[in-house]
Amino acid sequence: MAERTTREIYLGEGSGTGSGSQHLYVNVGPAHPAMHGIIRILAELDGETVVKADVEIGYLHRAFEKECEGGPYNNAIPYTDRLNYVSPLINNFGYTSCVEKLLGIDATERCQYIRVIMSEISRICDHLTCIGASAMELGAFTVFLYMIKAREYLWELVEDVTGARLTISYARVGGVKADLPEGFALKLCKAFKETRQVLEEVHKLLTGNRIFMDRLVGVGVLSREDTVAYAITGPMLRAAGVPYDVRRAQPYWAYDRVEFEVPTGRNGDNYDRYLVRMVEMEQSMRIVEQALDAIPGGPINVDFQGKPMDPATYVDLGKQGKTEGLLLIPITLSPNLEGLERPVHHRVNVSDKRVVLPPKEEAYGSIEGLMNHFMLIMEGNGIRPPRGAAYFPVEGANGELGFYVVSDGTDRPYRVRCRPPCFPPMAALHRMIEGGMVADVVPTFGSVNMIGGELDR
Amino acid sequence: MDGQVILARLTAAFGGRILETHDYRGDHSAMVDRSAVLDVLEFCRDDPALRFDVLMDLTAVDYLKYPGREFGPRFEVVYHLYSLPCNHRVRLQVRVEEDEAHVPSAVGLWPIANWFEREVWDMFGIRFDGHPDLRRLLMYEEFEGHPLRKDYPVNKRQPLIGPRI
Amino acid sequence: MGVGGFFTGKLDEAIGWARKYSIFQYPFVTACCGMEYMATACSHYDVDRFGAGLPRFSPRQADVLFVVGTISHKMAPVLKRIYDQMCEPKWVVAFGVCTCTGGFYDNYATVMGIDTIIPVDVYIPGCPPRPESVLDGLMKLQDKIAAGTQRY
Repeated sequence: MAERTTREIYLGEGSGTGSGSQHLYVNVGPAHPAMHGIIRILAELDGETVVKADVEIGYLHRAFEKECEGGPYNNAIPYTDRLNYVSPLINNFGYTSCVEKLLGIDATERCQYIRVIMSEISRICDHLTCIGASAMELGAFTVFLYMIKAREYLWELVEDVTGARLTISYARVGGVKADLPEGFALKLCKAFKETRQVLEEVHKLLTGNRIFMDRLVGVGVLSREDTVAYAITGPMLRAAGVPYDVRRAQPYWAYDRVEFEVPTGRNGDNYDRYLVRMVEMEQSMRIVEQALDAIPGGPINVDFQGKPMDPATYVDLGKQGKTEGLLLIPITLSPNLEGLERPVHHRVNVSDKRVVLPPKEEAYGSIEGLMNHFMLIMEGNGIRPPRGAAYFPVEGANGELGFYVVSDGTDRPYRVRCRPPCFPPMAALHRMIEGGMVADVVPTFGSVNMIGGELDR
Repeated sequence: MDGQVILARLTAAFGGRILETHDYRGDHSAMVDRSAVLDVLEFCRDDPALRFDVLMDLTAVDYLKYPGREFGPRFEVVYHLYSLPCNHRVRLQVRVEEDEAHVPSAVGLWPIANWFEREVWDMFGIRFDGHPDLRRLLMYEEFEGHPLRKDYPVNKRQPLIGPRI
Repeated sequence: MGVGGFFTGKLDEAIGWARKYSIFQYPFVTACCGMEYMATACSHYDVDRFGAGLPRFSPRQADVLFVVGTISHKMAPVLKRIYDQMCEPKWVVAFGVCTCTGGFYDNYATVMGIDTIIPVDVYIPGCPPRPESVLDGLMKLQDKIAAGTQRY
């Protein structure tokens, strides 16, 4: 046995057996307060310094890719909601755009603008949650409350459009479920006013705050070369000084028709990531406002010729085959039957009968519509992209979100692969926390903005 | 750079080891012989005209039930490369037989390949030669089989605790 | 019922009343439902009105386990362990349809309802449940806590 050193005796260092100081293994997670989402970090500590870290994921593996193979193309949309559940709209649109690419069709102009608007609202929600949660973990609980308050206003907006707060399933192959509701622009103005106020307050609370900066500046640094080598995209890559943004580099939808800036940082540390996200939220609001100004189609005018009819009667007549003239009768709105959508349906959906379900009036009111409906719904029919594969990248809230869909010519996707944006940063997490303090694991992990559904799929 | 030019450059450099190239819906892809995959990836990364510095994605596809390919090589490993300086993309595919399901590992070229390859091993059971630490990534070690293979039933559960339903 | 029975009955009621307004919850947040959990906990819906405003992030200090989000087979042993670590009296709330039945994730990776692993007191369905239904579930739990036999 080695001799006990003075430091061991007087300072109590090491194991006290004379074998010198020993490393300590600490298991962080999977159920840990600072791990929003479930991962496990097995850290080897020397004192308070993390010497080596092993990150284990997979606790939220829900077989997204396998589930998608089991149903028709549109059935995968609810699963994509739950990939990145803070910004589900971007996932929705990314997947449908990939299938549209396979089919070789383009969404209508109005639909593209709607996708831009809704994606950017989602991005703001995502960044709000990310910054709010990581600030809360550093003790700034007020920021969390403020940011969730702003997110709540935005979610009310999302609910107006899609009918749900979080898991929205709003996109369809070839379009979107419904047009923007009436009075959307006005509500958006109000929600953005609140959001801007919250951002201003948060800037006052956090940006330049001594405590906050001490915890973030120079912490979790990943060099530009490492960031690229680890295929990290999104705010983390931009914080390292690379102005890569899919919206700018390879514009999709209507992003080439709006003006926005791609903010970049210099040091690639947690503080730069925070700043990049803050600026991105402002840019997103700018994009939405421009898109709303430029959106074609204008206000929705429904021409009420003839007498409105009770939806149930309408459906009964359709089922009895008395469809003559039925299409000319506008039916009153019913939440289940989704009437009165025909005038707006064609604006937001492509006019390809092999892809898009007909509006409900046509399905109930004419035999062609009903047949079209059946052709898309019945087993073995549905959307049938030709054989082949396509990869479609969009800018998710955490970086490049890519969908790679392989079609075998049937109505079910043969393989759906999601390239999750927060997977690469998690693979590089050990590089960011090794050499730092244990307490720095928390802000670094917060800056990654790990979303379990997307990471583990 | 245009996708066709990228493919032409790859074909010029590797000749017969690029088995075929195609362009579908604007995605340019090259089918690479398994023995050449590391060379091609390294060429893509280091060639001054290509400069593919990001391995965007690495995944695999099981072609067991794909009409017309039931008897061919079962798996295909798919690499998506992106170049930040040149802003272009390419896809590389490698066909792998079921009997010898292994591919050279790209960990030496891009560190991110580490996790991507672990995921492919976990989900498809394709081995990566030279990988430093080929463990399961998403599933647990007790799990038997590889769930994304087409012959793995979607609801075959292997619970660690609780009833086996 | 004698005088003693009367007093223990009243004591039970008093303790039940106190317990239902001092819920220390352990949010076992795994997935999407966590976002709605956050929304419920924050100022808009304000779960603090029901005396459940203080999450304890240690199972040993908590008396209600909120299982929020899908539980995979990889996670199941962890959940069981956390449940075992909680002191009596304890209650479990299954938050969201994934924890109730497995939801639409009927596949190799997910547990078909957490009640196959641990006992559950209140089920809150929804994918994810709206904050209103979360509060409704919480009030149901309060009723259950108040009405049950109090052990002390």
